[in-house]
Amino acid sequence: MSEQTLFKVTVDNITIEVPAGTTILQAARQIGGTVAPPAMCYYSKLKGSGGKCRTCLVEVSKGSEKDPRPMPKLVASCRTTVMDGMEVKNITSEKVVDARAGIVEFLLLNHPLDCPICDQAGECHLQDLSFEHGKSSTRYEFQRRTFKKHDLGIHIQLHMTRCILCYRCVFTADQLTNKREHGILDRGDHAEIATHIEKSLDNEFIGNVIDVCPVGALTDKTFRFKNRVWFLKPMDAHRDCPSCSGRVTLWNRGDEVYRVTARKDEWGEIEDAPDGKPGWICNTCRFDKKQTTDWVIEGPREISRHSVIAQGHYAGNIGTTIPTETFAAINNGRTPHLLMDIHSESEVNQPNVHLGENEGPSNGATFNNNINNA
Amino acid sequence: MGVKLLLEKANVPGIRTYDVYRREGGYSAAEKALKEMTIESIVEEVKKSGLRGRGGAGFPAGMKWSFIAKPEGVPRHLVCNADESEPGTFKDRYLMEFLPHLLIEGLLISSFALGSNDTYIYIRGEYAWVATILEEAIEEATKNGWLGKNILGTGFDCMIHVHRGAGAYICGEETALIESLEGKRGNPRIKPPFPAIQGLWMRPTVVNNVETLAAVVPIIKMGGDEYAKIGVGRSTGTKLISACGNINKPGVYEIDMTISVEDFIYSDEYCGGIANGKKLKACIPGGSSVPILPANLLLKTAKGETRYMNYESLSDGGFATGSMMGSGGFIILDEDQCIVKNTLTLARFYRHESCGQCSPCREGTGWMEKILQKIEAGKGEISDIDLLWDIQRKIEGNTICPLGDAAAWPVAAAIRHFRDEFEWHINNRELSQTSNFGLQHYADPIHVPA
Repeated sequence: MSEQTLFKVTVDNITIEVPAGTTILQAARQIGGTVAPPAMCYYSKLKGSGGKCRTCLVEVSKGSEKDPRPMPKLVASCRTTVMDGMEVKNITSEKVVDARAGIVEFLLLNHPLDCPICDQAGECHLQDLSFEHGKSSTRYEFQRRTFKKHDLGIHIQLHMTRCILCYRCVFTADQLTNKREHGILDRGDHAEIATHIEKSLDNEFIGNVIDVCPVGALTDKTFRFKNRVWFLKPMDAHRDCPSCSGRVTLWNRGDEVYRVTARKDEWGEIEDAPDGKPGWICNTCRFDKKQTTDWVIEGPREISRHSVIAQGHYAGNIGTTIPTETFAAINNGRTPHLLMDIHSESEVNQPNVHLGENEGPSNGATFNNNINNA
Repeated sequence: MGVKLLLEKANVPGIRTYDVYRREGGYSAAEKALKEMTIESIVEEVKKSGLRGRGGAGFPAGMKWSFIAKPEGVPRHLVCNADESEPGTFKDRYLMEFLPHLLIEGLLISSFALGSNDTYIYIRGEYAWVATILEEAIEEATKNGWLGKNILGTGFDCMIHVHRGAGAYICGEETALIESLEGKRGNPRIKPPFPAIQGLWMRPTVVNNVETLAAVVPIIKMGGDEYAKIGVGRSTGTKLISACGNINKPGVYEIDMTISVEDFIYSDEYCGGIANGKKLKACIPGGSSVPILPANLLLKTAKGETRYMNYESLSDGGFATGSMMGSGGFIILDEDQCIVKNTLTLARFYRHESCGQCSPCREGTGWMEKILQKIEAGKGEISDIDLLWDIQRKIEGNTICPLGDAAAWPVAAAIRHFRDEFEWHINNRELSQTSNFGLQHYADPIHVPA
């Protein structure tokens, strides 16, 4: 019954009881909020990941009840297990805040900061990290390292210049596919993700590397430059897929499915399927099923990530709030049935159409009818 | 003449071959260990000897051995770290090249004590000819019954395998070495678990330096207590020092750690003084990663005591005024050497050798090199010095393995002790391209703390 042993751990003065063997990071995530250290390389669904980016460094001010000595160095919270009575300082430690700002600066040193043309922008962990823990400018004044873009097959684009070498995609290929065909070449700051000799990755589950990539280094070629993620409406959907769980998030605009991703939780990690296994999705679901008719739509997805992608979407745990006054209250009792996407329908800009007078939800046809009737 | 335990027979002609080595008393320690001693008593002798790891960190070897986990039915391994790549260190090469059987004997005893039936020597790829020498020696030892099945009728099997590295400095880090030995990319592992619990192929493993394992032979021969009498304090036994730089007699020397730094540099028995009658400027006493020491702090500690060539004395004063014994790569810089250029050379090395796994080291080493390059080329700003200091501070202690620290320390120490030379480089941009700061750092004669 040793698994049932509960350890008391205090993170930023908040105490929680967790089972023995839990890492500091997981314990802090159970508390939630700003107590949870950021993680760029750790991915709880990937065995062996973590420890590399060093953004999750925390100070252990008390080792345990038995041995209260503090740990001499900052430790990587994603790979350090808790001890009974451990006291951890995350954002309450000046050392941690200082070290983390340094790490963010290091991570951004060779990052192109091409967010305006990057598909990951809006759901990028590095953006969030630098916004929350970094400084507003860099002290780096030299040329950044660059790489040529590579095609990893017909679906995946590798933009190595943006890579922060978190190794998540390497672990993904190791653990989801029979044979890993890409890896890290070279070392140091010229290390790169590569297939050595230009090779296409076409394992059925290799598309998941796009979901695990914390930055825009691996992107979905069926979605590249199609749209910004914050303009899309995430919808939970599923289909009966023979090879994977088939539980996905569709990113729609109007009726059009722009992209399909796995469902991600508030830490940006793949959610577990009902059977308790991580809900990885197959390439067919991800790249080929781009019609709403392919899917059974369950409803809008809550995005609880605190980045720009959550803005303007459904209220999540953090960030956006629902306004208290209703439309009807401020509009003389008239209730508009606006459930549409104004961007995809240019005809909507017609002042003669009163949306509140429509029966039922409005769509493009409403306006076309109006035009025809006029 | 100091005591010689390891290199005593190094000059005997033909000592590289089994016959001569055996005639000179070789393998008698192995015979004694396997036939007369128990596993516990060997570990006990090594513990008593106070032998400290010769690879750089100076961790007590006997203690390391006692940490090894002994689960039932799981093989254990001993790995000899011969990936000696620290700039300035070449003691293991000398030992393996001239006394391969001494290492094999040490490995045999240690394997017996640790219960390792398959022992590995991970040798750096650049030591190609040394690897051949070792392989020949292993063949000879096997032929004569010192390796293989049922050694000396004790029922103990041991085979030594030589594995050539591919020339990465990082593979000298024990977990990176294990990864590389397993055939993977040489990235250091995140500890814990430590190799003593889960090492090579997730089996309990001990990784020791060449010199540490060779030193087991004299320890078994003379007994741990006798060995501990040599040297001083916790620096027991003898240490190989590879001296290089601007000295008259570069080479590998065996010292008993009671000699002062001044004697070591100026006596004819060892370095023989600074070459070409120049003056001493600075010294990196333990391989490139340890902090550089200016001449005044090298010969005397900040308290004014004589500095000796041993673990404690070299690190006296911490990093503020001391350094480290490290791996024994003793590099002397004379008055013609430029500290900025020297620091740049080291920074370039660490940038090149960083594995790129964790971000502070991967990005920070490259950044430091670029800034140093800029200062060296006469394009630096005064603010660059503070920036360098800040970068090294953010690398140190925040990385997975000690390479980050090793990259940060030389830069930190150079700025700490020679900030005036950096400033001179920046303030005299043109002059610094044609002339040298020399000994302007010091009062004449060199001020040694009283």
